[in-house]
Amino acid sequence: MSGNGSSSDGWVGRSIPRVEDARHLTGRGLFVDDIERSRMLYAAFVRSPFGAARVKEVSVEDALEIPGVERVIIRSDLESIPGLKPVLHRPEFVGVEVPLLSGNSIRHAGEPVAMVLADSPHAAEDGADAVQVDYERQEPVVSLDAALTEDARTVHDEMEDNVLLDVRVPDDPEVDEAFEEASAVIEATFTTGRVAAVPMEGRACLAEWYGREDKLVLYTSTQVPHIVRTALADVLDLPQQRIRVVAPDVGGGFGQKCVVSREELLVPIASQRLGRSVKWVEDRQENLTASFHGHEQRYEVSAGFDEEGKILALKADIACDVGAYSCYPFTCGVEPLMAQAEMPGPYRLKRYSSRARAVTTNKVPMAPYRGVSRPQFTFVMERLMQKAAKQLDMDAVEIRRRNLITGEEFPYESPTGVVYDPGSYIESLEKCAEALDFGAWTKRQYEARSEGRLIGLGFSSFAERTGYGTRAFALRKMAITPGLDNAHLKMDPSGNVAVAVGTCGHGQGHQTTLAQIAADELGITPDKILVRQGDTDATPYGWGTFASRSLVIGGGATKKAAALLADRIREIASHLLEASPEDLELEDGQVRVKGSPYHFVEVAEVARAAFLEAQRLPEGEAGTLEANAGFDPPGTFSNATHGVEVEIDPETGEVRLGRYVVAEDCGVMINPMIVEGQVRGGVAQGIAAALYERLVYDDEGQLVTSTLMDYLVPTAMEIPSVEILHLETPCEYSETGAKGMGEGGTMGAPAAIASAVADALSHLDIEIDHLPITPDRLRAAIKEAYEGDAP
Amino acid sequence: MKDIHSIRITVNGRTHEIEVESRRTLADVLRHDLGYTGTHLGCEHGICGACTVLLDGLPARSCLVFGVQADEREVETVEGLESDGHLNALQEAFSTHHALQCGFCTPGFLMLATGFLRENLDPTEEEVREAMSSNLCRCTGYQGIVAAVLDAAGKGDGLETAVEDTFETPDGQIAGVSPLRDAGDHGQ
Amino acid sequence: MKPAAFKYQRANTVEEGIEQLTELGDEAKLLAGGQSLVAMMNFRLVRPSALVDITPIPDLQYLEPDGEGLKVGALTPHRWIEEMEDPDLLEDFSVLKEAARWVGHYPIRTLGTFGGSIAHADPSAEWCMLAVLLDAEIVAVGPEGERVIPASDFFQGFFMTALEPDEMVVEVRFPEPAPHASIQEFARRAGDFAIVSAAVSLDVRDKECHSARVVLGGVSDVPLRVPEAERVLERGDISREAFDEAGQEAAKAIDPPSDVHGDPDYRRDLSAVLVRRALTEAAGDVG
Repeated sequence: MSGNGSSSDGWVGRSIPRVEDARHLTGRGLFVDDIERSRMLYAAFVRSPFGAARVKEVSVEDALEIPGVERVIIRSDLESIPGLKPVLHRPEFVGVEVPLLSGNSIRHAGEPVAMVLADSPHAAEDGADAVQVDYERQEPVVSLDAALTEDARTVHDEMEDNVLLDVRVPDDPEVDEAFEEASAVIEATFTTGRVAAVPMEGRACLAEWYGREDKLVLYTSTQVPHIVRTALADVLDLPQQRIRVVAPDVGGGFGQKCVVSREELLVPIASQRLGRSVKWVEDRQENLTASFHGHEQRYEVSAGFDEEGKILALKADIACDVGAYSCYPFTCGVEPLMAQAEMPGPYRLKRYSSRARAVTTNKVPMAPYRGVSRPQFTFVMERLMQKAAKQLDMDAVEIRRRNLITGEEFPYESPTGVVYDPGSYIESLEKCAEALDFGAWTKRQYEARSEGRLIGLGFSSFAERTGYGTRAFALRKMAITPGLDNAHLKMDPSGNVAVAVGTCGHGQGHQTTLAQIAADELGITPDKILVRQGDTDATPYGWGTFASRSLVIGGGATKKAAALLADRIREIASHLLEASPEDLELEDGQVRVKGSPYHFVEVAEVARAAFLEAQRLPEGEAGTLEANAGFDPPGTFSNATHGVEVEIDPETGEVRLGRYVVAEDCGVMINPMIVEGQVRGGVAQGIAAALYERLVYDDEGQLVTSTLMDYLVPTAMEIPSVEILHLETPCEYSETGAKGMGEGGTMGAPAAIASAVADALSHLDIEIDHLPITPDRLRAAIKEAYEGDAP
Repeated sequence: MKDIHSIRITVNGRTHEIEVESRRTLADVLRHDLGYTGTHLGCEHGICGACTVLLDGLPARSCLVFGVQADEREVETVEGLESDGHLNALQEAFSTHHALQCGFCTPGFLMLATGFLRENLDPTEEEVREAMSSNLCRCTGYQGIVAAVLDAAGKGDGLETAVEDTFETPDGQIAGVSPLRDAGDHGQ
Repeated sequence: MKPAAFKYQRANTVEEGIEQLTELGDEAKLLAGGQSLVAMMNFRLVRPSALVDITPIPDLQYLEPDGEGLKVGALTPHRWIEEMEDPDLLEDFSVLKEAARWVGHYPIRTLGTFGGSIAHADPSAEWCMLAVLLDAEIVAVGPEGERVIPASDFFQGFFMTALEPDEMVVEVRFPEPAPHASIQEFARRAGDFAIVSAAVSLDVRDKECHSARVVLGGVSDVPLRVPEAERVLERGDISREAFDEAGQEAAKAIDPPSDVHGDPDYRRDLSAVLVRRALTEAAGDVG
């Protein structure tokens, strides 16, 4: 540690309450829709009800007659303005442009055709109702199978087929040989359902055009304000310094807000054109039908195991239904490329070959959603382990024990060249199994079955790659490469510190945890530190908050900058104390001479001297108490094992969850309370994807599950308590020893639940290869297993 | 022509006389006509409960009531929970048990729990879960919310909670209500 | 999701409400709690030209004994029924209290009303099912005065009833006590409308079933009576086997719809199970 803790144990590692809480508990939080401006206009969008169509004519006359409607903007009004074009520099990639408004082709239901601006949200919707669009309907392509058939209609006219990306790496010629040596070969097809992030606050933005200085201010509910600014600058052809993007409080994102959406560009265009503030607040139906989805994937897999249960070889054909367009800036490659690169997960595997495709359909585009492809391939890998264990007559823990990467193998390099830093893979498995008394399980299950009850226990072990820096992302070959982040620390004349960072928390408690990190370096209490995020005018360039990066990268940058600021404080204090800076330490709000505790100066006095009593310092030493640092790490792996008990009602197909245990290792915990909150929230979303949520399109390409009555976000009655056990393998690559951990909960839960359900039904030979596991499907499977004579 | 009505509505003990268009929901009126923006809208069809307020003392979805229906009635919102600048026991328990992350659903849960605890002085965990299942939270997995409501009901013993440590600033407040809003500046 | 414009009026008496409805024409609707109506208006799935808010009408909130039966005022909130404590009413009508727990969520139950739910006529709604199950009489008032509509004639399809556009439900009467009645539902998530629900009522004396009613929700466009299942029970036997058979007969007799939560087969399976479970519960210790 370069710094000096404020006390022997420091602030890092303590579950202090969050700085963010007070404002939200009192209604003083500030979300985009809470901001009002005089003479503001409200936007509403006219959206296609059809999945595929040609737009023949758009008539706006009636809409303009509606009281309160000021303007209707359609595609022909935007001729000079390009769409968004996300790019991967790969020969296997086909780039398609996302038009801001559709003028000709409709490629998914919900696509915007016109923007109505009115003096109230009500009038804007009245106007949208009155815009008449003449559509010529086409046959929509709504499934992977339909999209991949030989004579499929192409979603994009200019394309020859519906494949936007088709990558075969690694193409390992020795895979087939390895299969010849296998004692057990598992072949199966797995699918996972299309889901949505459903942040409780939908997307929202408010644009203000300041003609006086040709400057745009955009308040937007985003995870990536700097990236939004970059996209806006391109589309509006404005220099970036004339754009200020502000993320006020953001009501959840989970990835849906780490991409730039066309509405975020259209609203500023309207503000610029009309010279008035324009607000758009997405409603829930739009959020489900017209924002972003994810996780709809298919894996055709074969895996070979030796007689000891060790996996020898894996072949995977991965297809991701990415919807109509690529998302900006990540592109449609984000799911297939991650699946391909990281599929082997926490398991030692030598021979691996895979093909991964991004397939376009007439559905809402995919954006990264919590876990991206890891909930799916973890489900696949864990199901493979369980199938192999069954075939080889081995138990669920033993087969994992034999395959997990162990201590001496770290740093471990996977067949795709990904390097795993040390973790506690076996240890977390053992700990989770012990907590659930795995040793007694077979007996418990036997007894339950003899009473006619179907209970199951399932595990999932996984590694969670986090804190990806530039070099890791660069392998994906995105035209815009994420990775780095910066922190700027500034002490004011009263000794308080402002931390400005490029990450952009929206529930993760960064204002608390980054203050804990800085407090330890500076020897002051966290309440003296104000963390600022989410304002491009007030923070250094940074990539925002997604991919479990913020605590690793933003936290690392904060720690480095705080150490530099501590050096500056020591330098100034050295003049006041007439001691050498090397002999000074920062503790309890004081700068002390090491070894002589009564020889000190208050940090506040140092600050005062630096700004208000510069005469006390040698010339040139006063006036600045600030520091900058950037951080761009290689990435690090957290790990965990989830274990869950289920009970199945064979008559209804309902799955009820019993105990749920997570044994996790995210390195050094900055604030354990927040870590546990991330785990629990992640598990809830994983349970949702395993048992409840599924977006369903009909043959017309319309989303059937377009309300929260049909799209079943689970409640407190469905989500059980989660017991959490911690392990700690400090990260060598992050300044703080912390690893990222925002997505693991979501990654582990579907696999663990699927394993548990399959375990409960193992005597019926029912395989759980498709998510979500809905009661109707499960009931049908049970009925079939009993050949119609089901209970 | 707009259908406008004059109403008298009491919010957190303060009476407002305003004119509202009939189609504005109580949530619209509270948020945009009266400035009580702590009440949030998450679905506008009665499922998520982010807009939950107390109407004449009982929890109600303010997205499923028109503002004009609140004429001569009493509304309580999240802004009314604090007393003398201090968080009440329920608010404190929400912070202690990490019952909130992004904070968007929080006001709705607080008002739901406030109404629930007034009627149920001695609830079981099952009763709390059932009542809290009225609202949706996407961040927390609900465990902290359930624990906080039980704690506020005086049933905190034996709960598995995440907090091992309380941190008070020298003036005894939970640190850090952002001063930015008053400065007219909206970054976090 | 903002509703289309409408004219709002408040009625302080039943007569005033009817007058206003008549005056405002066929596109006007009554607002009796609005917990379904306002959501549909926010989606603009319905766009009434006017709403007559009848919630200020006094005297329509009550749960009262009516001879052997029970009268429920149209504006009685669901919550009142959930909290019903009168021991006499509970003895004969505990099924209403049991059902109230299934009606939406706590904040919906504070504002939603009994009569509002009946007039809305969702075929899965608990009150609509119980009205059919227990031969309720729906008292409606219109410009021509009062009329009493048997529940069996009242529900005519999805959200369709025998009410004229200018009529108002003022009361629902349950004429006979129902000490052996039960309702069972299956929904994937707490508080949701059930995929299938089953309500049953038995007339059991001396360990023998003299008559039975079985009603299913979620399988048709109205709360559906299933005489095929009732006939099994009316043989008198109240054993597990009889309940099982009644469930099977119910499943065979229906032609349920398909949606994202289940196909017709699944709904038939659920019907069989829920009918059996409801009968077991209804028979209680006499079964």
